[in-house]
Amino acid sequence: MNNIAGRPLNGVVVEDDDEDEANGDGLEAWERAYTEDRSWESLQEDESGLLRPIDTTAIHHAQYRRRLRALAATAATARIQKGLIRYMYIVVDLSKAASERDFRPSRMAVIAKQVEAFIREFFDQNPLSHVGLVTTKDGVAQSLTDLGGSPESHIKALMGKLECSGDASLQNALDLVHDNLNQIPSYGHREVLILYSALSTCDPGDLMETIQKCKKSKIRCSVIGLAAEMFICKHLCQETGGTYSVALDESHFKELILEHAPPPPAIAEYATANLIKMGFPQRAAEGSVAICTCHEEAKTGGGYTCPRCKVRVCELPTECRICGLTLISSPHLARSYHHLFPIVPFVEISPSSQNDPSHNFPNICFGCQESLLSHGNKPELSVSCPKCKQQFCLDCDIYIHESLHNCPGCESFRHSKSVTIA
Amino acid sequence: MTSAPSKLYADDVSLLVVTLDTNPFFWTTFPFHFSEFLSQVLAFLNSILLLGQLNQLVVIATGCNSCGYIYDSTSNRNHASTNGTMPALYSNLLHNLEEFLARDQKLTMPHAPVTVPSSLLSGSLSMALCYIQRAFRSGPMHPQPRILCLQGSTDGPEQYVAIMNAIFSAQRSSVPVDSCYIGSNNSAFLQQASYITGGIYYRPPQMDGLFQYLSTVFATDLHSRAFLRLPKSLGVDFRASCFCHKQTIDMGYVCSVCLSIFCEHHDKCSTSLYLARLNQMLPQQTTGKERLHNVSGLITLILSCPSRELICYVS
Repeated sequence: MNNIAGRPLNGVVVEDDDEDEANGDGLEAWERAYTEDRSWESLQEDESGLLRPIDTTAIHHAQYRRRLRALAATAATARIQKGLIRYMYIVVDLSKAASERDFRPSRMAVIAKQVEAFIREFFDQNPLSHVGLVTTKDGVAQSLTDLGGSPESHIKALMGKLECSGDASLQNALDLVHDNLNQIPSYGHREVLILYSALSTCDPGDLMETIQKCKKSKIRCSVIGLAAEMFICKHLCQETGGTYSVALDESHFKELILEHAPPPPAIAEYATANLIKMGFPQRAAEGSVAICTCHEEAKTGGGYTCPRCKVRVCELPTECRICGLTLISSPHLARSYHHLFPIVPFVEISPSSQNDPSHNFPNICFGCQESLLSHGNKPELSVSCPKCKQQFCLDCDIYIHESLHNCPGCESFRHSKSVTIA
Repeated sequence: MTSAPSKLYADDVSLLVVTLDTNPFFWTTFPFHFSEFLSQVLAFLNSILLLGQLNQLVVIATGCNSCGYIYDSTSNRNHASTNGTMPALYSNLLHNLEEFLARDQKLTMPHAPVTVPSSLLSGSLSMALCYIQRAFRSGPMHPQPRILCLQGSTDGPEQYVAIMNAIFSAQRSSVPVDSCYIGSNNSAFLQQASYITGGIYYRPPQMDGLFQYLSTVFATDLHSRAFLRLPKSLGVDFRASCFCHKQTIDMGYVCSVCLSIFCEHHDKCSTSLYLARLNQMLPQQTTGKERLHNVSGLITLILSCPSRELICYVS
């Protein structure tokens, strides 16, 4: 104990290096389940003493519906355009406070793990966006990675730099981000997501001025605190139109950080609509040999050719290294369309109304054909699409809204479709 | 679905969801008759079930006005063959198919469409994915799901977004989408679907040997595919088509707000419908002066299009 108290810093660093390895490949599957999933927490004993997983579907569904309703409410109050081309800096606070162990094993390890998940989810949802990483410690801010579109390089850079010391500096971090984000084209949505562990900020000048500067540059700053609410963070978020939240525990932190993955509503004057020149490279024939510009080596097949300068790239989306043309494929664009054409939340059908003879429900889920009657032939809770009036089970409801982004009922009937397409 | 037999599932047990194109507008124009097609497909479907006793088969009919489940091998509503002349699979499937076709026909709009309508692939893909999610939920040991699209109709451009949504969802849950396209030109949607999800896209050159193509290419389960030389994709067309001319372009302009794609000479298409869509989709503050040639036409279009609120919000 004395040992740790004497050198709190190093002790933590060693601990977190271990954690890094634990996140890597060196772990057996069973070990991973043990360290990450905490499988024992989701077990309970049934009446005969056997261990059973806790039935959490109802709770999950309730949570999901709450989230969906909140989203729909904001969408209803203002028909909002969304910022689909985002330039986001993630500021990770690696001050001494990040070594606190109120999160297991430490705040820093939790942040690293969730940032990794977030970056992957972010690029899945925003294929045309860019992310950069900034860390702040010892009273200064340091740029870890430049704005870029490859999740792997960011994750690798972050995992290599997990050491914490000194104080966090909000002003230095904001100044650095501000300078970098000022150079991006005007159509991009500028965002900063600050993961703040500290309860103080060590600044060289007036932080209020920096906040006003960010506001003027239309940078949307959001903060997720890991300790307690701070006035300055709240002020920053209010001024720049971001959101401020404080995480209660790891799962809450995960929820909060993933809320930033879908494109935010764009404030009308923040980003202007522009036509951006982009290239749609074709996939080359499987057998052809060419030298790719990303790895600078000869590769056989499976590459894309820049339509302007005919140079070979390995992956999309990217920017051509030679002519600077943004290269994307049409599925990448299509992947973003569901943010523009969201499906309406389904209406809950209570079991009592199902017994009502005036409603003629087939008692079968339209999506998966599963019976909506539980064992006692009592109808279970189900939902229905307000447009096509088809009935769905709760599992399909979640799947449709979270992953599929299509209503199978509306898609399966020509007349309901023709209305939406005109 | 009981949990007891699921313990027996090995990695080569398949859940095959087939989407069957029943679009009458396609089949009347196609030289190969639907009944001949169906007899070959039925033999193939039967062979899937014969390959392994745990294999599951679901058939979804893709009509031009609706989609519907027409066969589910796990369903207990399958009634036994009544006269004993046909296997239960055939009689059940044909019975449901007839019902479906009659229903589908009733939904046909009274005014005849000018062009051949495409079938509702987006709907049947969505339903197939919902069904597969149910298999995923059934426990840790579930059969390996895959989707086979037996498609003949041409792509319906209005379904593009919905089909793409379905494809990405399939990719996320690693469900391969195989496509056997029997139409005359390649289907870009199905090509992309199979490429993105890691399935096989194949266009049989001869319709007479359809059963052979189906059984040699599409009957193989996911585990065996690693050992086989299956038809390779002959390149995938990833080019986008511009919203103004519907031309396939390799370089174009993308609106940063609504992600609509335009080729360079969009000024010239003031008379086409797509220009109207273009103008409507672009926020007015950027396009107002340059492209609003046909103002009256645009206004009628905006008024008649209920989806306008979904696209770029005009502030």
